[in-house]
Amino acid sequence: MKANPTGIYNYLRRYINGRLLVIGVPYFWFVLLALIPLLIILKFSLSEMEATEVSNMVSMSDGWFTLKLNFSNYLFIGTDPLYFDTFVSSIKYALATTVICLVIAYPFAYFMARSPTHLQPMLLMLIMLPFWTSFLIRIYAWKTLLVSDGVFSNVLMSLGMIDTPLQIMNTSTSLMIGMVYSYLPFMILPLYANLSKLDMRYLEAAADLGASPFKAFWLVTVPLSKAGIIAGSMLVFIPALGEYVIPELLGGSDTLMIGRVLWDEFFSNNDWAMASAVAVVMILLILLPMAIFNKYQADQAEAQR
Amino acid sequence: MATAPKAKMVREDLLRVEGLTKIYDGAVKAVDNVSLTVATGEIFALLGGSGCGKSTLLRMLAGFETPTQGKIFLAGQDITNLPPYQRPINMMFQSYALFPHLTVWDNIAFGLRRDGMAKADVAERVESMLSLVQLTKFAKRKPHQLSGGQQQRVALARSLAKRPKLLLLDEPLGALDKKLREKTQFELVNIIEEVGVTCVLVTHDQEEAMTMATRIAVMSEGYFLQVGSPDEVYEIPNSLQVADFIGNVNIFDGVLEEDEPDHVTVRSAECVHYVGHGISGNTGMSVKVALRPEKILLSKERPAGEFNWCEGEVIEIAYFGAYTTYHLKLDSGMMLKAQELNSTRDLSCGLTWGDRAYASWHNLAMVVLTQ
Repeated sequence: MKANPTGIYNYLRRYINGRLLVIGVPYFWFVLLALIPLLIILKFSLSEMEATEVSNMVSMSDGWFTLKLNFSNYLFIGTDPLYFDTFVSSIKYALATTVICLVIAYPFAYFMARSPTHLQPMLLMLIMLPFWTSFLIRIYAWKTLLVSDGVFSNVLMSLGMIDTPLQIMNTSTSLMIGMVYSYLPFMILPLYANLSKLDMRYLEAAADLGASPFKAFWLVTVPLSKAGIIAGSMLVFIPALGEYVIPELLGGSDTLMIGRVLWDEFFSNNDWAMASAVAVVMILLILLPMAIFNKYQADQAEAQR
Repeated sequence: MATAPKAKMVREDLLRVEGLTKIYDGAVKAVDNVSLTVATGEIFALLGGSGCGKSTLLRMLAGFETPTQGKIFLAGQDITNLPPYQRPINMMFQSYALFPHLTVWDNIAFGLRRDGMAKADVAERVESMLSLVQLTKFAKRKPHQLSGGQQQRVALARSLAKRPKLLLLDEPLGALDKKLREKTQFELVNIIEEVGVTCVLVTHDQEEAMTMATRIAVMSEGYFLQVGSPDEVYEIPNSLQVADFIGNVNIFDGVLEEDEPDHVTVRSAECVHYVGHGISGNTGMSVKVALRPEKILLSKERPAGEFNWCEGEVIEIAYFGAYTTYHLKLDSGMMLKAQELNSTRDLSCGLTWGDRAYASWHNLAMVVLTQ
């Protein structure tokens, strides 16, 4: 009997339908571009370096199948204070960046959301305008602004506001300026999206019940924009934690950030296994706030049911 | 149908509005030179279609809009320029505007805390409000965990918690479905009466206005067409617009033929109307006669006499259970709506589609409109 083409078609149809394809495409990319690389890093982190090669984890000899897992990289991270200090300092810088961004971005987003509707697309454009220039160029530009004979220093000197040239380049100050500058849009955009949807009737209700505009802001606007605050904070905190370029270009030699340690392990020490272990620990550190955020979002979704 | 208490005696004016005007963008007159007084204990309804200015007027009373002209006095004090948070006025918002991040308890306590009330007093007041609206069990819930009717009661409790001198209600029943509406209407009036608060209520629903209010102002294009008790506005509309807006009405175009102190007659294409009271008008002027459908009696028999009846063909029958509405096509081409109460379980007058029928009415059933 000849194979019935429609039969095969129907057979395939049963298992491959439109819905599967639509869901399948993002899953395919996720597995190919995120999960597999992640697993490779995990494998590296549990290997050891043999000269310039990563050791083989599995081997077959004399009928023995051996799986060698090397936890010494993780043990080293746990015992060497350098890594601990670096993680702590990275978290500190990332947190400081997040808080400063939030403080600057909130009023920014608030006034954007309150400005006349026809102006809002233009304001949004202005927020996104820096993205049209390469990130690296913008950070280099900050270098020329912040050095001791740079624009800022000279202007402040000529205005008589300072007597000696600014000594902020390659310090934590210049690092923070660069970090806040780079991540500010990621805080503003989710806050703006949230605040522009705020129902003005809640503020009217608050005023009606005797809350001054200031009170209404703290008791109504801020709590209702919690989702935007959390989203913006995540968008800033997570990439800031692993930031490499900004500390490298604007930070000092003593600014410890995990991104730089990673780079050193990979390219200076050529210790891929160690670098991978550092990366895995960093991912775990990031997963924690992510999990909190997701739980919050799930609760919110539940609340809006 | 009115359940609201009628004003029993002359009471002092609580709210006085003088020549209030709101002009948007220098051109659009949302509220046009409105003056009104509301006595203590009254429930005053602003009734009108969308865009008639009723909401703008209410928002000016609450303080959310600044009047272009005019003054607002509350208990003799000029509050025109007070911000909303300093007015002893509270509002129950359309679709309630309950704070979604706060529990029922905290929503009700919100206004009390702003006044710096002692904790124990806040608790006591919130508890009494919760029991007033029978939501004690729901104190710890968030608004989204409540039904529409419960949310409405929380909103009422929140707006009453501060014991405002004046309560503003913006479409208080607008977000409820029909069945719940009727029930809530009575509850709402009962609670308002129990608290004894003076109310200004905004609605586009004439039934809501008629059942709840002691007085109604019918609004259109920013000004009052008529102000009066619900029965006055319904039975003695002063214009075609009011007659048409409140309830159903049949309008006959006619000419004033006879103008006596005790009666007038109006000749229209359909019939001659004999109106059993005098009006202010001149013989020969064209007038309109307004006749409510429920005041018409249908019959297969030709009525006696020469006035106040006409003949037509039954075109449409709509059975509503309690009553039936008939559409009669008169010989002049006019469509006459008549409503017959189904007082027995037979259909009251045994009319069916295509029948010839006679419509007749009492000589005090209609209103002659001269404008």
